[in-house]
Amino acid sequence: MIYFDKVTKLYRDGTPALEDITLSIAPKEFVSIVGHSGAGKTTLLKMLLAEDAPTEGTVYFESTDVHSLPKSLLHHYRRKIGMVFQDFRLIPNKTAYENIAFAMEAAGRHDDEIASDVPHILDLVDLGSKGGHFPHQLSGGEQQRVAIGRAIVNQPDVIVADEPTGNLDPVNTYEIVEILKKVNELGTTVLITTHNKGVVDAMGKRVITMERGRITRDDAHGQYIL
Amino acid sequence: MMMTLKRIFSAGATSFTRSGLVSFATVLIMTVTLIIIGSLVLLSAVLSDTLSSIQKKVDVNIYFLTTAEESQVLAVKTRLEQRPEVDEVTYTSRDQSLLDFRNDNKDDVLTLQALDQLGDNPLGAALAVRAKDPTQYAALVQFLADDAAANSIIDRINYGRNKVVIERLSNAIDATQTAGFAIVLLFVISSVIIALATVRLAIYSARDEIAVMRLVGASNMYIRGPFIVAGIIAGLISGLIALAFFFPVSWYVGQASVGWLDGFNLFTYYVVNFPFLFFVIVGSGLGLGAVASFLGVRRYLQV
Repeated sequence: MIYFDKVTKLYRDGTPALEDITLSIAPKEFVSIVGHSGAGKTTLLKMLLAEDAPTEGTVYFESTDVHSLPKSLLHHYRRKIGMVFQDFRLIPNKTAYENIAFAMEAAGRHDDEIASDVPHILDLVDLGSKGGHFPHQLSGGEQQRVAIGRAIVNQPDVIVADEPTGNLDPVNTYEIVEILKKVNELGTTVLITTHNKGVVDAMGKRVITMERGRITRDDAHGQYIL
Repeated sequence: MMMTLKRIFSAGATSFTRSGLVSFATVLIMTVTLIIIGSLVLLSAVLSDTLSSIQKKVDVNIYFLTTAEESQVLAVKTRLEQRPEVDEVTYTSRDQSLLDFRNDNKDDVLTLQALDQLGDNPLGAALAVRAKDPTQYAALVQFLADDAAANSIIDRINYGRNKVVIERLSNAIDATQTAGFAIVLLFVISSVIIALATVRLAIYSARDEIAVMRLVGASNMYIRGPFIVAGIIAGLISGLIALAFFFPVSWYVGQASVGWLDGFNLFTYYVVNFPFLFFVIVGSGLGLGAVASFLGVRRYLQV
């Protein structure tokens, strides 16, 4: 489903951010990418989202070279991926309901679909009563749950979560991990980056360890070096 | 398509109302910009009217010999009126010239006595010629010099005496128009740049929001649309405020302007030219808001 073929990304000064990365991720897999800050985890995700282009190598999504896509088609491609960020990145002047609805509107979904799906998603992330709240009126954990709701509402093929628990306390971290596990069990591929050992241990699934832009370990049983 | 447009308009209006302080600042700066643009339109009208009334006061008088027949003078008048550079030619007969002279010198007993002693009317007929442009008097005088029939009955033309004044006035009018245009352009460009920068600053504050919209798969049109709608709303409100601002201001200034602008009433100009002012001020506001938003969002849509 996702295939990185000998991907290298060099900064302008020639320093490697990613070096000769080759990896493949199958449909419905749950993959954690671990590593210290600067290991290249976020750069790897940016390559997948076509936010940044590799210096060498190719990134494939369902056999399509994502960096060969014309700019006019990028938004169609990005709708196949649900994105969750460490800092939530909700639209500040939209309510929780509107933030989730926005992703559906952007995908061209009809008003009646939005009216039926968004309350369901809010219930799924346990925010049924807070749909009218603006992001600043929600706690960090609640904001991240809205972000997950926004990521899954269009039923994407993949959920990509960049340090989704980085700003959360242990209780909220646990809740977010449980939601991501549930999403994966329902058939969605999940790719997360983290340096939280507790999160990785709770998953017990495939873990890719990165260090200085290289993959140093890829273990299907959740073993890693951190 | 209709659904997308409806959502874009709705999102733009909601974004405008929810971004209270940023929207207020944008409207404020755009209002000042549009007031500057409107003031320059009104100033240009005042300047144009003033120059036009000065131009109307300049003319060249042609005095004919007393022996010239009225029909000959009227023939010269007709030939002058056919010239494209001539705006108006006024004929004064010999009798009228005498009457005017007596009237002008009614307190000068000696002059009137001398006139009575002459018995006959010593004054010839005259033509007062007003050109469309003060720079054209020299060509008209040359035309008369080249016209043998006219030249034989002309006593004198007062152009020589007025030549320096007319030339200076022509130069002053040209310089005023050029300088006025340059100042207008400078002010308009400066204020438009300030308004553009303000809108771009407002969009800069939403750059993270734009990045998120991109990453959730929104098309460029869907991201840009609400910002353009919000810019148009800001421009419309600013334009209406600026237009309303000129109502009392032109009324107040108009009262005074009648006295020192030779009858020109700024308020009357505002009322008569309201559709034009509405088009310029509100149109500039709408254009400014839309273009500034379009350009402002563009740089955040590159990736």
